[in-house]
Amino acid sequence: MLAERSHLDWLESEAIYILREVAGQCQNAVLFFSGGKDSICLLRLAEKAFRPGRFPFPLLHIDTGHNYPEVIEFRDRRAAELGERLVVRSVEDSIRRGTVRLGSENQSRNAAQSVTLLEAIAEFGFDAAIGGARRDEEKARAKERVFSFRDEFGQWDPRNQRPELWSLYNARVHPGEHVRVFPISNWTELDVWQYIARERLEVPSIYYAHRRPAVRRRGLIVPVTPLTPPRAGEAVEELSVRFRTVGDISCTCPVESEASTVEEIVEETLVARLTERGATRMDDQTSEASMERRKKEGYF
Amino acid sequence: MQPLRFATAGSVDDGKSTLIGRLLYDARAIQEDQLAAVERASQRRGAGGLDLSLITDGLEAEREQGITIDVAYRYFATPRRKFIIADSPGHEQYTRNMATGASNADAIVLLVDVAKGLLPQTRRHLEIARLLGIRQAVAFVNKMDLVGYSQDAFQKLDLAGLEAIPGCALRGDMVVERGDALGWYHGPTLLERLESFQADAEQAAAGPFRFPVQLVSRPVAGQPRGYMGRIESGCVLAGAQVQVFPAGRRTVVRKILAHGAERDIAVAGDSVNLVLADDIDIARGDLIADAAQPPRETRALEVTLVWLGHEPLRAGGRYIAQQSARRTLATVSSDALRLNDIGEARLALHAPLFVDPYDRVRATGALILIDEATNQTVAAGLVR
Repeated sequence: MLAERSHLDWLESEAIYILREVAGQCQNAVLFFSGGKDSICLLRLAEKAFRPGRFPFPLLHIDTGHNYPEVIEFRDRRAAELGERLVVRSVEDSIRRGTVRLGSENQSRNAAQSVTLLEAIAEFGFDAAIGGARRDEEKARAKERVFSFRDEFGQWDPRNQRPELWSLYNARVHPGEHVRVFPISNWTELDVWQYIARERLEVPSIYYAHRRPAVRRRGLIVPVTPLTPPRAGEAVEELSVRFRTVGDISCTCPVESEASTVEEIVEETLVARLTERGATRMDDQTSEASMERRKKEGYF
Repeated sequence: MQPLRFATAGSVDDGKSTLIGRLLYDARAIQEDQLAAVERASQRRGAGGLDLSLITDGLEAEREQGITIDVAYRYFATPRRKFIIADSPGHEQYTRNMATGASNADAIVLLVDVAKGLLPQTRRHLEIARLLGIRQAVAFVNKMDLVGYSQDAFQKLDLAGLEAIPGCALRGDMVVERGDALGWYHGPTLLERLESFQADAEQAAAGPFRFPVQLVSRPVAGQPRGYMGRIESGCVLAGAQVQVFPAGRRTVVRKILAHGAERDIAVAGDSVNLVLADDIDIARGDLIADAAQPPRETRALEVTLVWLGHEPLRAGGRYIAQQSARRTLATVSSDALRLNDIGEARLALHAPLFVDPYDRVRATGALILIDEATNQTVAAGLVR
């Protein structure tokens, strides 16, 4: 009987428990939904945790304005299918307000998201924000609690985290503070794809292999878009690629792939020789601590 | 099979980071870009060749000070099972983080330098692991290369009765591969030992049925009212007789729902919805349990406390006690307790808790204390 429970069942059960603790302890929670694979899993877990009832929280997306249209279309359609409320707040509005200032129009807006995110949390007075971050993604995330406290400035203090014993999560905060909650902390990239395969979850088309003009730059494949034009001397190639992670166009790169089904993606993930972020992110490569620094400032 | 979670203990000087790096590297859990980063860092810091200890490098402050401040979680798999490592700090000042890492561990790996034996901070880590009920422990006796792989040096160590594996993390002997220098040792490698350990839920399934209610679902569209939660101990069958606390009433489990589908049975570790035969007033924090083996109802609780707060215990002070999904105010009487102290305490509870001895049922025998004013988690408590 126990031998039949797979590791996915165990991870699923843990995540459902965590989501229900948020519902039980917090007054005004929100779930980050970007249309990416991790938050797609979160939505399925929320269905399993709360159906046939409504989700006890709305969905929130921070739109950098630099997202792939396929992902935005998917985001809106998925929220509508679920009949749950989707709130979108955009970095563009923060730029207009003057709270985000960029050096140039095409600069990555990835880090600027933190400002818009904290503005949205303040606007609605959220006391808990559920995200699809995983500890296997990055070394700063490897250190994070499941219920991770943020002070009134939205900051994470990695040197002074709350003790978190057993499954006794402490979500108590004062007004203006909040907790970030990560139900799939213990999932790996492979677990996510195996879960998507098992649950037959739809994901945006750009996760599957497709042909796209791109250039090779410092070991990464940089898609050619209006935001990321080829540089002088770079040869534009038409490559078969898929995205392992879906983020801001200006800093997210695809990998070469022919995988056109979830099963083929699982196979590729099993034998991948590069980490998810290492193969795909321009922003993590700036310094050894770039994620840690962004997280301290309130980054998702 | 569910992942095995294990905590590591030992000081950086004993080679703990190197051991974890070696385990991940030989188990092929390190990707090329991570390796390239480690190679770059090795060169920058003047290490000759590849310094595997840099794989587990953490926060900026940790790199600066060369210590581990907080638990880092790492993931790897073998063809036999998946593993979650809680790479925990050893320094006494970070006991609160060590306890965080150990509380969910099924096993603990203690690192021992063969030339130094069991260090005080590693002993303390073992003490906390045992207090937290971790029954599976193994010592990896490292740096055997520095004593010429001497069987005599290995056997002379006093390891507090722990099972021990001799090896060398730097060269990889007895971590994943056996190597060729320890021909006199016939026991398992560290990885083989880890593969043989049992996960906690496998043990919890044998305990009495305990189901703390996390949420109550409203009846929707003809669906009956359901009680949502995770089975923390034992198992439940549709039709089983159960007792509800604090109501005290007995009833029968009419249905077990797991994500819309009906099931005949659910076991420890399963998140489910229970539908009961009778209409009973049940709220979050109530407990549904085996009627034949009920928990103990109490307003006066003897506990062992591990003090985790920066502020010492306020004698006779009032704290929030959180046990399973239940919270109540508690007045704590005890000798003085400061950060990292372990001591006995008596809690006078404003509302009853339904408890089991921690050794019997972890989930109903464990609690935390929260400071009402700061919201900080200040202590971990174990019901005796």
